[in-house]
Amino acid sequence: MREITMERVNETRQEILDIIKSPILTHEQKVANMAGKADSLMEVLDLPEGLDQLLNVPGDVKCICDLAEGHAPVRPRYIIPDYFKFMREGSKFLQLDPPKDLYEALNSLLIFYKHVPSVTNFPVYVGALDELLEPFINDVEEAQAKKLLKLFMQHIDRTVLDSFSHANIGPKATKAGRLLLEVERELEQAVPNLTMKYEEGVTPDDFALLAVDTALHSAKPSFANHKMFRGELGENYVIASCYNGLLLGGGSYTLCRLILGNIAKRAKDIKDFKENQLPYVMDIMARYMDARIKFEVEESGFFENNFLAKEGFIHKDRFTAMYGMVGMAECVNILFEKEGRSGRYGLDQEATGLGVEIMEQINAFNQNHVNPYCQATGGHFLLHAQVGIAEDENISPGTRIPIGEEPEELIEHLLQCDKFHKYFPSGTGDIFPIDTTVHKNPEFVLDIVKGSFKKDLRYLSFYSKDSDVIRITGYLVKRSEIEKLRAGENVLQDTTHLGLGAALNGHILERKVR
Amino acid sequence: MKAPVNKIIPFSAVDGPGNRTSVFLQGCNINCLYCHNPETRKVCIGCGDCVEACPAGALSMWEADGKKRVLYDPLKCVSCDTCIHLCTHDASPRIVYMTPEEVFEKIARQIPFIRGVTLSGGECTLYPEFLTELFSICKTRGLDTMLDSNGTLDFKEHPDLLEVTDGVMLDIKAFSQEDHKKVTGGENQKILENARYLASLGKLFEVRTVVVPGLFDPEFTIKEASAMLKPFQQVKRIQYKIIAYRPMGVRAEYAGFPVPDEALLNHLAEIARTEGMEKIVII
Repeated sequence: MREITMERVNETRQEILDIIKSPILTHEQKVANMAGKADSLMEVLDLPEGLDQLLNVPGDVKCICDLAEGHAPVRPRYIIPDYFKFMREGSKFLQLDPPKDLYEALNSLLIFYKHVPSVTNFPVYVGALDELLEPFINDVEEAQAKKLLKLFMQHIDRTVLDSFSHANIGPKATKAGRLLLEVERELEQAVPNLTMKYEEGVTPDDFALLAVDTALHSAKPSFANHKMFRGELGENYVIASCYNGLLLGGGSYTLCRLILGNIAKRAKDIKDFKENQLPYVMDIMARYMDARIKFEVEESGFFENNFLAKEGFIHKDRFTAMYGMVGMAECVNILFEKEGRSGRYGLDQEATGLGVEIMEQINAFNQNHVNPYCQATGGHFLLHAQVGIAEDENISPGTRIPIGEEPEELIEHLLQCDKFHKYFPSGTGDIFPIDTTVHKNPEFVLDIVKGSFKKDLRYLSFYSKDSDVIRITGYLVKRSEIEKLRAGENVLQDTTHLGLGAALNGHILERKVR
Repeated sequence: MKAPVNKIIPFSAVDGPGNRTSVFLQGCNINCLYCHNPETRKVCIGCGDCVEACPAGALSMWEADGKKRVLYDPLKCVSCDTCIHLCTHDASPRIVYMTPEEVFEKIARQIPFIRGVTLSGGECTLYPEFLTELFSICKTRGLDTMLDSNGTLDFKEHPDLLEVTDGVMLDIKAFSQEDHKKVTGGENQKILENARYLASLGKLFEVRTVVVPGLFDPEFTIKEASAMLKPFQQVKRIQYKIIAYRPMGVRAEYAGFPVPDEALLNHLAEIARTEGMEKIVII
């Protein structure tokens, strides 16, 4: 462990005091933030040379971002417990036998969620709820089952205080799945995030249409291209956090992101960007991630001591890491401006073509970089189109077209997405607010999903332009909660803080309505 | 063979089932007082009033076959609608004459995101041969085909068109002859005949009535139309779309009708339901 200066200690002490006195943070949010400050004093990672100038610098020149993972990772960033195993076998550590009926199943899951760590301290994955609960769903009358599910989902929303928490449903229709969708439509709440794994021919239309209807009320579920994901990750994949494809019983050690727009600022021209700047930053970020993973696996003791690993709910060999990127749009636009060209990313074919070339280069780099602890994904990281954080200014999520510059027609927007989604097995997605007349024609949305998944689109989210629950970038927030926070009140979920930042800096309330 | 195309909407949620590309042809043969896109009613006469007024310089005059015409440049157009507001002939200079193949090329871009195509207007059945050819091409690419029509074309006389048409969305503007004349200036015998004929073939996807309080009796129209179609519901289920009149886009002299309230629309839906209409949409 390296020494640090007393000056830095005292700065951090002041920041901790500010957190303690904060009028807008809840007790739980204070505890989490203080833990982050304590961790920031640690210096234990074997950092690559040059990282400091790319990571610990002001926002407009920062090229690498580690998304607040801290200096001494005490657990993997995203953990995906095998809840099926838990339902089959119970848990010794939690002193729970396998559940025998719906009451016990719901109770056991709620207990388990309180013991799944992550970067946010809340579980980023709460299970394939339809499949987990279907064996128990006929234990009681349908009306009572629905009531129990409603209380269960409400319990999650009020205690898992972070909307990166994600449940899955589908691709097959089940009674439990149908009831969960009905409940979510009625509750209109932000947590958990919800994805329907969809595959035409496997997912029946009436089930998918119920999902569309639910999405138009509560901004979820989103739709994941099941055929594409299972082709890349196998049948045992899940969607967690924002929209991240990860392996069941595994997860992701870390997620760092390249801020492509700021890397473009370092370049003289496109050639310099491709030959010098991008390769330089990609290499440092990959080695930084290697260092984080090495500490987690070899030194933190997490995989030796945590009950999730000890009881086999997670396995080290099902983990990978997510190699993220943001700001493709700004990157392309900056490079075009440097060369005196006028095309804009998302609107101009050549500009978008440059984006594809950059993706090919990032993909090729990743395919050549080997990490010994990512055997689950062939020894490589998985690319991830990161959705942005509240502080991001002039940084568009992943490969998205900037808000305010979306093409006039949705078809053009989708054809643009079609060029980029395929690069990101660990997640990407686009979001479309929909005019309320579509409430009368949910098949309109389903047709778009079907068509998109025949092409190379991976993940789509829709919400009604008038909903209270809206999708910020990858997570959900209630507009009414943002307003409370803006007025200086405490709010229950930490993601509302991110939502307010995104509304102010990311203009997410100004997306083009389709 | 070419037809005057007013507009192509790549994705439409309101012109039939699912997601569809809608093609609007120019020109209409009746005169509904509440027409909300009157600029589609007539074909441009080439008076040139709009050319000077166009702020984007997208319009210019030229001559063809000794006739004056307005030339429209879609690349310069900023869709400000100045030309449409100014036109005194219920027309638009922003019309492009296109072959069925050219129109299909614009549709094909949306495959596989759309399930079908809807031809609307104006009154698209003024160009039955064009429709037949366009729909034939659509069929080869697996798209379903819908017509949005005022029902004045005698469908019995156009079996080729019906062969490639999956469904018709038919306006029944008013059921009584007297009301229909008041609303459109024309008779409705042929329209009702068409409704029954299409329904008997299972090709009447939807009937629609625009409810305009004070202009005609919507209760009678919706009751009688629903009752008339009841025997055909077993051939294929027919949907009734009850549309609230809204003054947007309506010619100034007819824009003063009141907008129907929700209670009236729900009451009308109940009447349709009582007469055997199972699927009813209120817009």
